[in-house]
Amino acid sequence: MAICHRDYDTGEVALTTSPKSTEATESINSTDTSAVAGSDAQYAIELRGITKRFGAVRANQDIDLRVRRGTIHGIVGENGAGKSTLMSILYGFYQADSGQIFINGKAVNIHNSRDAIAAGIGMVHQHFMLVDTFSVLENVMLGAEEHALLSHCAADARTELQRLADEFQLSVHVDSLIADLPVGEQQRTEILKALYRQAEILILDEPTGVLTPQEADQLFRVLTSLKERGVTIILITHKLREIMDITDTVSVLRLGEMVSHLNTVDTSMSELAELMVGRKLETRSFHRDEPLPTDTPAGIEVCELGVVDQTGKTRLKDLSFEVKRGEILGVAGVAGNGQSMLLEVLAGISAPSTGHVIVNGQISTAEKPIGPSQMRTLKVHHVPEDRLKLGLVKAFTAAESSVLGYQRSIQFNLRGLLQLDTIRKACRRLMERFDVRPGDPKLKSASFSGGNQQKLILARELEKLPEVLLVGQPTRGVDIGAIELIHEKIVEMRDSGCAVLLVSVELDEIMALADRIVVMYEGQIVAEVNGRDANKTQLGLMMANAHQNAAA
Amino acid sequence: MNTSSIALPAWMEIGLIPVLNIIMALFFAGLIMLAIGVNPLQAVGIMINGAFGYDEAIGYTLYYTTNFIFTGLAVAVAFHASLFNIGGEGQAYIGGLGVGLVFLLLDKYLPAVLLIPIGIMAAGLFGAAWAFIPAWLQAHRGSHIVITTIMFNFIAASIMVYLLVNVLIKPGQMSPESRVFDESAWLPFMHEFLGWFGVVVTRTPLNLSLFFALFCCFGVWIYIWRTRWGYELRTAGHSEHAARYAGIKPKTVVISAMCVSGALAGFVAVNEIMGVHHRLLLNFTAGYGFTGIAVSLMGRNHPVGIIMASLLFGVLYQGGAELAFEIPKITREMVVAIQGLIILFSGALALMLRPWVVKVYLKFKSADTLAPA
Repeated sequence: MAICHRDYDTGEVALTTSPKSTEATESINSTDTSAVAGSDAQYAIELRGITKRFGAVRANQDIDLRVRRGTIHGIVGENGAGKSTLMSILYGFYQADSGQIFINGKAVNIHNSRDAIAAGIGMVHQHFMLVDTFSVLENVMLGAEEHALLSHCAADARTELQRLADEFQLSVHVDSLIADLPVGEQQRTEILKALYRQAEILILDEPTGVLTPQEADQLFRVLTSLKERGVTIILITHKLREIMDITDTVSVLRLGEMVSHLNTVDTSMSELAELMVGRKLETRSFHRDEPLPTDTPAGIEVCELGVVDQTGKTRLKDLSFEVKRGEILGVAGVAGNGQSMLLEVLAGISAPSTGHVIVNGQISTAEKPIGPSQMRTLKVHHVPEDRLKLGLVKAFTAAESSVLGYQRSIQFNLRGLLQLDTIRKACRRLMERFDVRPGDPKLKSASFSGGNQQKLILARELEKLPEVLLVGQPTRGVDIGAIELIHEKIVEMRDSGCAVLLVSVELDEIMALADRIVVMYEGQIVAEVNGRDANKTQLGLMMANAHQNAAA
Repeated sequence: MNTSSIALPAWMEIGLIPVLNIIMALFFAGLIMLAIGVNPLQAVGIMINGAFGYDEAIGYTLYYTTNFIFTGLAVAVAFHASLFNIGGEGQAYIGGLGVGLVFLLLDKYLPAVLLIPIGIMAAGLFGAAWAFIPAWLQAHRGSHIVITTIMFNFIAASIMVYLLVNVLIKPGQMSPESRVFDESAWLPFMHEFLGWFGVVVTRTPLNLSLFFALFCCFGVWIYIWRTRWGYELRTAGHSEHAARYAGIKPKTVVISAMCVSGALAGFVAVNEIMGVHHRLLLNFTAGYGFTGIAVSLMGRNHPVGIIMASLLFGVLYQGGAELAFEIPKITREMVVAIQGLIILFSGALALMLRPWVVKVYLKFKSADTLAPA
């Protein structure tokens, strides 16, 4: 393979062409020379010296990448390492400041997605770009209609889809509405969309984030069959296990630079993780050493809780459980099975429709719901799932976001005026204690990275010394370095006697942290297992509510 | 390239870009003038002189400015709660009704010390009440506030016509106006006020409500950025989800923000009814409520920006009137067209120049950062 020769002393990679340079000014020169050299047609994609700056931030610096035709290439890196920027350049959302792109050995200029499609590149975004109220067929046709009359295009598209479905074993119901399809099938629609546009190179951005383990396996089977038919696939992910399972070669991005190109068979998950973070990581399990005494009081109790939303749809049905003081209850499930609603009800944001929630002797019912402010006074604190939507206000400064939910607290108010100095000082203290970077309370909340936003929110809630802590997706979109700190803080709370309810779609996270795990499916709890005994396959089956069938 | 996410220094954002917008607008206004054979530079000279050249001009300019401050603030407060209050016109009109009613009832019995605060309160309360109805409908029934406030402008106008023609009209006259209030209910004119200190200026409609308008600017600034109510209002304005998470009731915020907004619009009546006309009459709002939208947009919904934008519109109104008077070729409609251009460039197209400004800025910036290396 011409991908790389690894130098074990430095961890750097020496490439066969295009000498690696760290200075931006030099990279411009180096691309000039390589432009003359031309490229090898055995590579479906070749990038040379791609550099992209946003203001002072270098999102991509002198990136070289080669992907052989008909292989699966993984790109891993922490959040903010520049994976998405690189793929956006390839797909024409951004233009590189310098550097060149070769497709099948030919230099191309990609100014927009139209150019990318013309060059044979297809992209499956993390958040699907589908029209919910259109059928699969209509979505596939959308933007690629080749006839003035829709019925004519539809007929063409139908035969072509059938051919693609047969060839690549991509079965979908072409006439179903997207909104009615399970996520896995929606994703297959996205892939079909790309193939319909004659994509020979397929980029998938975090494709398994919304899938159950079983759906992910199915996706990988599809990808393998695509590969066998000569499609080149680039897989962007932060899940190292997937890289190991399916890719042929893998590149690691760190802080905007390519730090390594490897053959997957020659590497290991721990090596990749080290390369991504730039230092050694310990794997730890946080389970309690001994079980809790059976008479431990409950921090929060949920009895026959049900929620019917405004449209009359049942969102939660007949939930009963308790979280004891000093335990972490993990709530597993594929996203969208009621976990968000459960958090909202427990935090007081939504009212129960039936049943009740007991906290500190207070009962929240449909008739007399307890609101979010009162929940806070009852020492129930909530680190929300969607930090950008709920947890902070993007346009506010960090200091302003650091009092969200506590804006009425006497600590921050004097004679009707907010005490900005006190708020700023308190925010700086939170930032120091939770290592939020940059530690500037006057900076806009939106300009912090995901991990630092999350640390700020966590700091805000943990500082109030909760008796019940509700945590949703604490490490979603958070880099590995911050994950460690966030996990430690959550476990610290548990050890100090707080009842923790942890909702996460990351099974690894739930399995590492939770003392007990309940699995939610369509608004109900379908299974409960002990944290120590849980294994991934079993949880995966439970998440798809298929464990009873499998057992039978 | 998408430049909207790239931050510019504050002076560029609130200083340079608005000035560039006005220059663009004036440039196109100049083209129109050239087309009808008027020297644009001469026209600008007349306009500036007509707005600032002598004390009477300044008085008129500031009198218009006062109205724009009130309506601009009204739009801005609602805007921070991400509500678009287009009903300033009607709220100002009904604010006038409030002033008229209390004064017609009480002016014979109370001294000025009491009448004036009561008048101001009545203007605010009536304006707020007129904004409350669309606000409640939006919060609890989902009727869109833009639609309802527009419709409420028409309802307000109809009510005023009915009341002035049939109920409040001074008996024995043709024009639909109430009787003149007792002098104790008049807000002192600026020339009178300055006269108390021995400063003699020409008589203009400018009155003490200018000070009240500036006080309102300060009050709004405190309210929006320094109190928890303002904090909650901004939170709800930015994200309803975040508001609900923080225990803020978005419905309450919608209603309270609209009431404050309506009260501010109602204060136009303090200037017009208490300060200038001293009686209730038709159409005293003269489009100030609508212009307030442009003022607020241009002032970036910040009190300081609103003062500056109000002054600009004061200049346009007063200098524009002068212009139409001095150059017969330039009609009143032409002046309205120029105002329209300014609104177009600094309101609707406010961010048109931004991408270029960002590019130039980045060029300088990257030259700076690369230089040491």
